[in-house]
Amino acid sequence: MRQTFVDTTTELLASDPRTAVVLADISADAFRPAMRRHPDRVLNVGIREQLMTGVAGGLALTGLRPYVHSYAPFLIDRAYEQIKLDLGHQDVGAVLVSIGASYDGAAEGYTHQSPGDVELLDTLEGWTVHVPGHPDEVAALLRAAARHDDRVYIRLAEQENSQAYPDGGRLRVIRRGGPLVVAVGPMLDPVLEATRDLDVTVAYTNTPRPLDAEGLRQLADTELVMVEPYLAGTSARQVAEALGGRPHRVLHLGVGRAEIRRYGTWQDHARAHGLDPAGLRAKIAEFLW
Amino acid sequence: MTITALPPDPLRPLIRRLTGDEKHEPSSHSTLDVLWVLYDRVLRVTPATVDAPDRDRFLLSKGHGPAAYYAVLAAKGFFPAEWLDDLGGWDSPLGHHPDRLRIPGVEVGTGSLGHGLGLAVGTALGLRAQGFADARTFVLVGDAELDEGSNHEAIAYAGAIKLPLTAVVIDNQSATHGWPGGIAARFPGWDAAHVDGRDHEQIENALTRRHDRPNLVVAAVAPKWSDR
Repeated sequence: MRQTFVDTTTELLASDPRTAVVLADISADAFRPAMRRHPDRVLNVGIREQLMTGVAGGLALTGLRPYVHSYAPFLIDRAYEQIKLDLGHQDVGAVLVSIGASYDGAAEGYTHQSPGDVELLDTLEGWTVHVPGHPDEVAALLRAAARHDDRVYIRLAEQENSQAYPDGGRLRVIRRGGPLVVAVGPMLDPVLEATRDLDVTVAYTNTPRPLDAEGLRQLADTELVMVEPYLAGTSARQVAEALGGRPHRVLHLGVGRAEIRRYGTWQDHARAHGLDPAGLRAKIAEFLW
Repeated sequence: MTITALPPDPLRPLIRRLTGDEKHEPSSHSTLDVLWVLYDRVLRVTPATVDAPDRDRFLLSKGHGPAAYYAVLAAKGFFPAEWLDDLGGWDSPLGHHPDRLRIPGVEVGTGSLGHGLGLAVGTALGLRAQGFADARTFVLVGDAELDEGSNHEAIAYAGAIKLPLTAVVIDNQSATHGWPGGIAARFPGWDAAHVDGRDHEQIENALTRRHDRPNLVVAAVAPKWSDR
């Protein structure tokens, strides 16, 4: 996914003079050819994430379209107030593109993990959040973000599905059956495997913000399971608002809030949080039957 | 500190309208003279050009105590002087910290300290990338505001890439732990000038000159607290 991001953004730099890229050392090597061609619009500020976001705000104030990139905990958690004030309060936008997600940095430890990034952005106004589940979904999301000035967050991860769904912006039904299970981004493959022989409807989206409330109302009956690759319950408010006034039970699955002080791989952490197929199956089956 | 130039007369009644303060002279506002010289003699921006892409940019990073800023903007016609009669009211566009969406001519909404320099670096880079070679970027910071670490990310980067922007630090010795060795020592790679923050000729000379790298102007005014 990171390579698709670098390639697509490098193309945008050549085709759209509004495009700018702001980095804080992370991925600077990958952007070196682009930096040579567009030294005024590919900017590496060094290991300075507050400045990275402030610079993006300033660029946007002059009419450019900044793509801002780092590891998720440094891009979102560390520079939260710059995101709030240097972008939102100034009423300008940027495209924030993160790597690392909830626990790609499993061996790196909690300092390199950001399970709370989407929930942090949920405290702010006007953010569109994309969580692509496959590299082939990434380019279109990046190109679409070049055509306006809104605030967009694109969360790239190592975990990916076997198949791309370019039409995953709304809730897209993958399998029809009983109660609805919504899989966000890379949660689709584990959800499909977990529910292989269960009578459920599985729907996919790579755009949890804004959440497709209309699709949710159409597809959900009285029971619903949300499976998200960031903090469990991040979409609880959005689901409650979409289904408000209608009796329903909902199970929110995602990354737990307790820090897991172990290393290993992202697969180990997925299992520890119950987001592997076996863990998902146990919780979904217990909730629905 | 001697007062070598009185603030221009038009500002006195405007500030009084804002603060309702009859006792204190306008000179009690530390930023007043720098702001007046900027808008009267330096910046290429008028009420008619607040949206011109190639206008000069002034960013008030030190969003605290914006009375002098509002008075100067009103004196220069960016908004009606009547606005000054209601500071911070529900129906007033003028808050205790400025909002760029509410006030014509205000480039950035500030208040939380340490955001203006980073935004100014981005602004200067954005103007340069679009070929607006004549457009200059200015940012005003307080000496206490320099405590915020975010400033030092911007200062180091601007120095490293020789970005021609101008930062004015108003020094009224209000930083709790001071700046032993001087403020300019915190701006490596920058040109630096020290001026009397009340002397309009000195201020104008320091702000008008163009530099091929970042430019610091330390404008000293009377200490905020008399016991320093």
